[in-house]
Amino acid sequence: MEALTRIAHVSARVAAELTPAELKANSAAQMAGLAYGLAAIGPGIGIGMIFGKAIEAMARQPESAGMVRTTMFLGVAFTEALALIGFVAFILLKFA
Amino acid sequence: MKSDDPQYTSVLSMHDTGPAPEAAIVRDIIKRGMYVAPVIVGVSAFFWGANGAWSGAYGLAIVFGNFAVAAWMVSYTAKISYALMMGATLFGYIFRLAVIAAAVFLVRNASWVELVPLCMTIVIVHVGLLFWEMRYISLSLAFPGLKPKQISTQDQLLNQ
Repeated sequence: MEALTRIAHVSARVAAELTPAELKANSAAQMAGLAYGLAAIGPGIGIGMIFGKAIEAMARQPESAGMVRTTMFLGVAFTEALALIGFVAFILLKFA
Repeated sequence: MKSDDPQYTSVLSMHDTGPAPEAAIVRDIIKRGMYVAPVIVGVSAFFWGANGAWSGAYGLAIVFGNFAVAAWMVSYTAKISYALMMGATLFGYIFRLAVIAAAVFLVRNASWVELVPLCMTIVIVHVGLLFWEMRYISLSLAFPGLKPKQISTQDQLLNQ
C-alpha cells in the first residue's frame, strides 16, 4: 500500500512537470500499450481453448486426428488474426 | 485409471504418426497468396508509390513466414508428443507475435516503409487467405467423397 502511494505521488509529480502536449502523448502511449495488451489476452485464451479441445478430441478418437488438426490449425490462425488486428491498431494509432 | 493399466495412454506419450495436415494447408495458403501478391503490391504502389509497394511486399513476407513457422512448429512437435505440440503452439503464439512486432518496429522508421499499407497488408492478407482456404477445407470435410484423390505416377502409367 505504501509503495502504491509512493508511485502515485511520483506519477503526480512527473505529470505536474509535463506540458499538456507531453502529458497527452504520454497518456496515448500508455493507452495504446494497454489496448495491445488487452487485445492479446483474448486470442491467448481462445488458442488455449481450441488446443485443449483438439487434444481431447484426438485422445477420444485418434483416427480423426487429421481432421481435428486441420480445423484446429485454421481456428488458431483465425484467432491469431484478432491479436494481429490489435497490434496493427496499436501501430497505426501510435506511429502512423 | 492407473499408469500401469495397459489401456491407459498418457497424453505425454501420444504423438502423431500420419502425415501432417498443417504443411499441406500452409502450402495451399502460400500458393494462393502468390496469386494475390501482385494485386496487393500493385494496389499499395498505386496509393503509396514505390514505398507502398515495398511495404506491401514486406507485409506479405511477414504473413507467409508467420504461417510457415506456425505449421512447422505444430507438425514438428506433433511428431514428438501432443502435449509438446500444445505447449509449442501456446508459447509459439507469443513468440510469433513478438517476432511480427519486432519485424514491424525495426523497420518503422526506414525510408522505404509506409506503415499504413504494411499494417493493412498484414491483416487483410492473413484473414483473406484464411477465409479462402477455409472454403476448400470445409468443403473437403463436409463432402469427403468429392475430395480429389492423389494419383501416383505408377497409377497414371497403368491407366494409359
